[in-house]
Amino acid sequence: MSQTSNAQTLFLQRQKRSKILIQAARILLLLAFLFLWQISADWGWIDSFIFSSPRKIMQTFYEMCCDQSLFTHIGVTLLETLVSFFFVVVLGLLAAVFLWSFPRVSKVLEPYLVVLNSLPKSALAPLLIVWLGANMKTIIVAGLSVAIFGSILNLYTGFLEVDPEKLKLIYTLGGARREALFRVVLPSSLPLILSVMKVNIGLCLVGVIIGEFIGARQGLGYLIIYGSQVFKLDWVLLSIVLLCLIAMLLYSTLRLIERRCLRRRSL
Amino acid sequence: MHPLLELKDVCFSYHTPQGETVALSHISFSVAQGEFLAIVGPSGCGKSTILNLICGLLSPEKGEILFHGEASGGRTANIGYMLQKDHLLEWRTIWQNVILGLQIQRLLAPDRLQLVREMLKTYGLEKFRDAYPSQLSGGMRQRAALIRTLALQPDLLLLDEPFSALDYQTRLNVGDDIGKIIRRESKTAVLVTHDISEAVSMADKVLILTRRPATVKSLIPIQLGLTEPSPLAARNAAEFKMYFNLIWKELNDHVSDVERPDAVPAAAKTQ
Repeated sequence: MSQTSNAQTLFLQRQKRSKILIQAARILLLLAFLFLWQISADWGWIDSFIFSSPRKIMQTFYEMCCDQSLFTHIGVTLLETLVSFFFVVVLGLLAAVFLWSFPRVSKVLEPYLVVLNSLPKSALAPLLIVWLGANMKTIIVAGLSVAIFGSILNLYTGFLEVDPEKLKLIYTLGGARREALFRVVLPSSLPLILSVMKVNIGLCLVGVIIGEFIGARQGLGYLIIYGSQVFKLDWVLLSIVLLCLIAMLLYSTLRLIERRCLRRRSL
Repeated sequence: MHPLLELKDVCFSYHTPQGETVALSHISFSVAQGEFLAIVGPSGCGKSTILNLICGLLSPEKGEILFHGEASGGRTANIGYMLQKDHLLEWRTIWQNVILGLQIQRLLAPDRLQLVREMLKTYGLEKFRDAYPSQLSGGMRQRAALIRTLALQPDLLLLDEPFSALDYQTRLNVGDDIGKIIRRESKTAVLVTHDISEAVSMADKVLILTRRPATVKSLIPIQLGLTEPSPLAARNAAEFKMYFNLIWKELNDHVSDVERPDAVPAAAKTQ
């Protein structure tokens, strides 16, 4: 492998160039968008009072950093998302294991889970406010409610798809259903568990923002609603930009964890 | 002296909402200590069902299965089962895979582990202790699966077409390997296969089953007169061809049953 042929070097070069081109195009697209937005606002093609502009957003960001109010909003939203995600992971796994352990119970519950999963969870938010009050608990439950049913169903379906021959192996080695769960079902479902979680962290964020729209005094969702009511659209757009960043950050963190966990398997 | 394993008049059917399928009807045979029995029959005739019954994953509808003359039930008898594929768990190293059975039965005593270590050494897998199954060849994987089974020191080994997932060359080699290992450890074994030459080359006795519902067609003892018996050497024995033809005839005899005049409507339907 010490010597690579000419053709191989050429191929690698071409690959590298293509990668750089794609990356550059992505950045250029963003810059072009920001530039166009700024120009349109400066030259009065759009009303910067409603549409804001990159510069105004930057200014707002700077001001809110100075008076430290922004950090509270970001922190609260992030905390609520992470807590509700934690509960989704724990409760989702426990429920899926429970359903797998009791097939007849799961048959009974299946239609209810399907209905709850397809129900638009934003419909529940006003109800949650009335039941639990306008506090952080409600918002965490809102985040939980968006993600939990889907993850239970996905995990449970994944558990059922485990190779029955592998389960038979455990039984022939003298194991019971418990061993089958811990030695085969859970470890073989690890990739699935991680990919379900990757999707769900985004859903938790959605639920938290919905919750903050309705019953919060802090958080980016609150900032969006409050900003739109007092016509401070710079706040709204800043929050949206920040939400993009948070979503990206959470997703890539989980992707990193996923890669680290699965690296050992795909040798 | 009771044989190690005895099946007496065993019947079994599968039930689905569409109806009942009789898989086995009145099967009786016995396997003595240290004996190697091969079961051959047309595919789908219920060969694997017999193994599932012996190891207690299924229970017979009629008849009984005795170990040393006692109906102890497969769960309590010490039985090793090798499935068609190796089913090594991809997320475990070879070492973690071969001790899986000991782990499940909570038998991780030092002497047991020492035994496993020795088997890994004897069967050429010592260097791959910490490798993952994906790094091993098909033959090595199958050997690892055998060590996993033998680690529990079973009195009886059940082999369910354990080589059918391998390519032909590997299959001959692994068959030879595993045949020798079973001889060396002087294990009692029941092999299910549809490959006549595999049965003749490995077994002491060949049990021939009919098409479903399976009944015992005949039992042929194999005497190859080899000084150093091994499955590969057996294929060169003078008597090998004779036994092959005998079993072939027995199996096809049964096919001609179907083609008798009274069975014509069924045959006509398939055309």
